[in-house]
Amino acid sequence: MADYWGLFFSTVFVNNILFSGFLGMCSFLACSRRMSTALGLGAAVVFVLTVTVPLNWLLKEFLLRKGALAWAGLPETDLSFLVLIVFVSSIAALTQIVEIVIERYSPALHESLGVFLPLIAVNCAILGTSLFMDQRGYTFVQAAVYGAASGTGWGLAIVLMAAIRKKLWYSDVPGPLKGLGISLLITGLMAMAFMAFSGIRL
Amino acid sequence: MIRLTRKEMTVLKEGLWSGNPVTFQVLGVCSALAVTVKVETALLMGIGLTFVAASSSLLVSLLRAFIPSRIRIIVQLLVVSVLVITVDQLLRAFFYAVSKQMSVFVGLIITNCIVMGRVEGYAMINPPRRAFLDGLANGLGYAAVLVLIAVVRELAGSGTILGGAVLPRELYEHGYVNNGLMVLAPGAFFLLGLVVWLQRALSGYREK
Repeated sequence: MADYWGLFFSTVFVNNILFSGFLGMCSFLACSRRMSTALGLGAAVVFVLTVTVPLNWLLKEFLLRKGALAWAGLPETDLSFLVLIVFVSSIAALTQIVEIVIERYSPALHESLGVFLPLIAVNCAILGTSLFMDQRGYTFVQAAVYGAASGTGWGLAIVLMAAIRKKLWYSDVPGPLKGLGISLLITGLMAMAFMAFSGIRL
Repeated sequence: MIRLTRKEMTVLKEGLWSGNPVTFQVLGVCSALAVTVKVETALLMGIGLTFVAASSSLLVSLLRAFIPSRIRIIVQLLVVSVLVITVDQLLRAFFYAVSKQMSVFVGLIITNCIVMGRVEGYAMINPPRRAFLDGLANGLGYAAVLVLIAVVRELAGSGTILGGAVLPRELYEHGYVNNGLMVLAPGAFFLLGLVVWLQRALSGYREK
């Protein structure tokens, strides 16, 4: 049990998917202007990751891994080169479902997330987490914990960013630096702060 | 020599400079940060992405009349994934060491917002030839930013370019130290922020 908490906290803070893995930057930068949007998107990402990572683990274990098709009488088949396409399809299908559900039950949230909801499917934090899970050879439970933690880390990052950007409204930033430029500089500072969790070694 | 119409020239120019995918459209930022520790990985990533962006734009544009709009994202993803798997397998076959270094980021070309953004935003509503050029220009614009950042990071962070030492040894003897921050995540964020600042100052673009 302690191991799972360890994995959880190290994924949220030390190896934060955004600050140390650079994943999910596009929607992080585009949707952190307003706190409500950031919260909604953060929650959506947590949910999608918690479901897709274990789901992809199952797909890999019982369909794609070398020898996984032994139950079908094909012990030699190795479909692991299909990992990318299978992971992406399962993620895309799931996000489509989430979109339909949110559209039905919370039109306001749907309105504010706008174009970025279908784009959760192409949020690289989602696919990236599944790929890291595959690369690191987690067990099923570890995969589930890792997925939830990675989503939480990303959600935490975007909410923090939204809060900082709110304050930024009142600051006098040079024209060309406005928006993307200053956001990246702030993200750099936040990344440095997060590195403090593991200790900085230059 | 292929003749380009004026409209096609505009498409090229937009992808490369005034509408640069990284600095203007804020797309593809993730990999721009992750693969730029070394120039070599940045170059290969740039080439891979340009190939995927150009050919997926071309394919989707050819198919655009047959794609039902409700499931278009999935269809686009499938087209892009097939191309990315091709690139991934090629890299593993011919540049194994580099493909190990790039780890999951080749696979992540699939979800690179540049590819999906151009496919969804341009190729779905434009004829094949122009869509291809658009993908190509955006890929090259992205590659240019990538290589620029990688050159600075590799030079300042490890004192090399493409793996070969370029800083004279005397410099180190006089107490010069590589800037370790450049290799780490924050360095990448700062640098990209500065590149965006510079590009926008020159091209005159301002965010509201």
